[in-house]
Amino acid sequence: MSGQTVPVDYSGHMLDLDEDEDLEVFSKAPVADGNPMPNSPSSMVNQFRLEEDEPQDVNAKDLFITVDNPESHITAIETFIMYRVLTKTTRSEFDSSEYEVHRRYQDFLWLRSRLEETHPTLIVHPLPEKFVMKGMVERFNDDFIHTRRKALHRFLNKISEHPILSYNQHFKVFLTAEELTSHRKQGPGFLSRMGETVRAVANTVRGLKSRPEEFAAMQEYVDDFSNKICTVDKVTQRIIKEEREYLDELKQYGPMYGQWAESEGNLAEPLKAVASCVERCGKETEEHAHHLSEVLVPTLHEYILCAETLKAVMRRRDHIQAEFEAKNEALASRKSEQEALQEEVDGLSDRMEGSNEALKGDWFRWKAGMRTDLKSAFVSSAEKNVDYYEKCLAVWESFLLSQRAESSDQQDGEDVS
Amino acid sequence: MMAESGSSEVAVIGNVDLTSTELENNIINTVMVERGTALLRRMEINVAEAEKRTGKNTVNMQETYTVYLIETRPAETIAEGGTPAAPDTLWRRYSEFELFRNYLLVTYPHIIIPPLPEKRAEFVWHKLSADNLDPDFVERRRVGLENFLLRVASHPVLSDDEMFLRFLTDEKRWKEAVLETGFQDKVDSRLKSLSAMFRVKNPDKQFTALKHYSDDLNTIISQLLRVRAKVADRLYGVYKVHGNYGRVFSEWSAIEKEMGDGLQSAGHHMDTYAASIDDILEEEEHYADQLKEYLFYTDAVRSVCRKQDLIQYELEMAVQDLSTKKQQKEELTSGTVRIFSLKGMTTKLFGQESQEQRESKLEALDLSIHEGEEAVNEKNRECKEFLQTAWGDIERFREQKDNDLREALISYAIMQISMCKKGIQVWSNAKECFNKM
Repeated sequence: MSGQTVPVDYSGHMLDLDEDEDLEVFSKAPVADGNPMPNSPSSMVNQFRLEEDEPQDVNAKDLFITVDNPESHITAIETFIMYRVLTKTTRSEFDSSEYEVHRRYQDFLWLRSRLEETHPTLIVHPLPEKFVMKGMVERFNDDFIHTRRKALHRFLNKISEHPILSYNQHFKVFLTAEELTSHRKQGPGFLSRMGETVRAVANTVRGLKSRPEEFAAMQEYVDDFSNKICTVDKVTQRIIKEEREYLDELKQYGPMYGQWAESEGNLAEPLKAVASCVERCGKETEEHAHHLSEVLVPTLHEYILCAETLKAVMRRRDHIQAEFEAKNEALASRKSEQEALQEEVDGLSDRMEGSNEALKGDWFRWKAGMRTDLKSAFVSSAEKNVDYYEKCLAVWESFLLSQRAESSDQQDGEDVS
Repeated sequence: MMAESGSSEVAVIGNVDLTSTELENNIINTVMVERGTALLRRMEINVAEAEKRTGKNTVNMQETYTVYLIETRPAETIAEGGTPAAPDTLWRRYSEFELFRNYLLVTYPHIIIPPLPEKRAEFVWHKLSADNLDPDFVERRRVGLENFLLRVASHPVLSDDEMFLRFLTDEKRWKEAVLETGFQDKVDSRLKSLSAMFRVKNPDKQFTALKHYSDDLNTIISQLLRVRAKVADRLYGVYKVHGNYGRVFSEWSAIEKEMGDGLQSAGHHMDTYAASIDDILEEEEHYADQLKEYLFYTDAVRSVCRKQDLIQYELEMAVQDLSTKKQQKEELTSGTVRIFSLKGMTTKLFGQESQEQRESKLEALDLSIHEGEEAVNEKNRECKEFLQTAWGDIERFREQKDNDLREALISYAIMQISMCKKGIQVWSNAKECFNKM
């Protein structure tokens, strides 16, 4: 089975660390991170390893990918967008140090499904959605393409940072092959996926004997997280909407002071100044809403999709466990073919162990990444808010200064102003 | 607060604890006091409180209304650091203020009479109640009534009015006294009807310009207030939605371990942010009130212009009347009938008048002409006097308006600055919390 080799490698990797007594000594005190998994030596070590490795990853980054240059391609049958994918790398597995290829959205879909098939219980970063129906956004609308391109770029970078996925063969092909279509026909494709899905459905209907505690907790977390992140996204979209409506009113409001100034004498100057202040604050509001759309919304959206990915990963893990349990039951009840069955059961058991370990390891990695990404997005938004208010403050303070200068001029001539 | 401003203007202006609106009010009142009417030099005036009362109205039905406490104090008794003497007080309701103002309008038609705060809440944004008994509305009305009294008290002409003094000091008998002046009979019905147009042949250019300016100002301030209310509404929405962040961050923090604290405390700051808009917009209402005062002032200006129109019209009518009479005399003496009259026709048909008849007619006409000339002189004098006094008040008003509105714009800027500072504070705090995630 295609899923067998890698998980075994991965767990073998972990078993190596497990045997290293020295690392246990250095492992940190159990850092609670919201995942109530038992602090087994391997999980602690994993935590330690990943947290240590994160900064090192950045310094040791040896695969740099950019997605840019969206171009419209028109054929007889269809119209689609091609993106340029540039890769720079020092990895020895790559024949060259630089690659430039062109890929369309379908190609990304292909890559992701191959990654998921190969590593069913690793958390593969999600792709931007097929197309947005709500708001009737046209597929080739500039904003849509811009948003999609950024998300595709994030996707490839997330894969490139993954300790296992970045070494995947399909990933390499995606980055390097001139023509992807010939590669896309190879390997287990649509039909086998179909088969798996049917079996998966059948198994979930029969139900799992019992989910190990750590995965039960994980499931609960995923459901809650999905809920919360969707709400945060909704709130953010609502804020942007309210801000835009506020801006519309401001655009009516400012000019009225200017209009008023036209029928005034002494008052004309301060009135015009106020009109200008309102206009400038309006511009800052516009920029602020734009920033929210560019920085916070895409990140939140990404993690909404991540939540869905996590749910799928958990389902696949459950399915792997169910398959093992089914075969195990068969082994217990059947008297003939014991040896052959035993071998199958052992194989499934190994597969299950491997999948569980893979998921556990990747879980920590994902949580750490989630924390970094969301923290960064929230911090950036808060900064932008501070920036917005500081700019508006400056606008009104300069108005005050100009008026106080005026009044002190007047005061020299008159009694009181 | 008002009491202090009379005695120590410098201290008031230097007082940084005052909100921008109080500062702005104090500046206005300081200006008024420095301008110094005799009344204000000897008396301090406050509208200190508001109270609900119930009683029977004119149709014997139970009604709830608000009364306002007017405090007056002799100006000199406040010693530095000493306790102020107890003020004289009386209660008045809004309708009494209205009665008093109507008296002023009739008695001083050449003066731009300060307006009262609005009868009903207008230009409200959705959260504000339009209910007259709402405490915020009552509070703003209290400020507006105090402002009205101070405007009258600082007016060189109005402050000397006896009814004004009685309004401030004589709770029970003032109403009787003001009705006894008979001012209600003097109200010109032609002025009451806003749509009544009397065609003036030679309208005064300055007053015409003033009328147009007043109309323009009325239009633009109305529009401005309307849009401001919408802006306030929208801003309210933006702030309040952030409250939802507070709730969801709190819930989310419960499922996180490392991120939990940062999220939770950031959520609290979001709640603070969402709550802060209430005070911000309440303060902005004071700015709207300052604009409204001048919106209502335009009605007073228009009144003065209409009065001038009426006087001009009466003058022109008197002149025309005189001219007609003179013409009649000329015809009578020359025998020619240039102006068609029934008399003339009957004379033609039924024969000439006798000499005595003609002479007596002439005498009557001469008398009439003399009266007419006196009437024209009188109207002329009235017109000139009106122009002079009114124009003096208009100049005073213009200067006051320019100063007051400029100060209002400044206080608006101060409010915006305060709002920005609060925003910086909250979001800096939130950023720190996010950094701890």
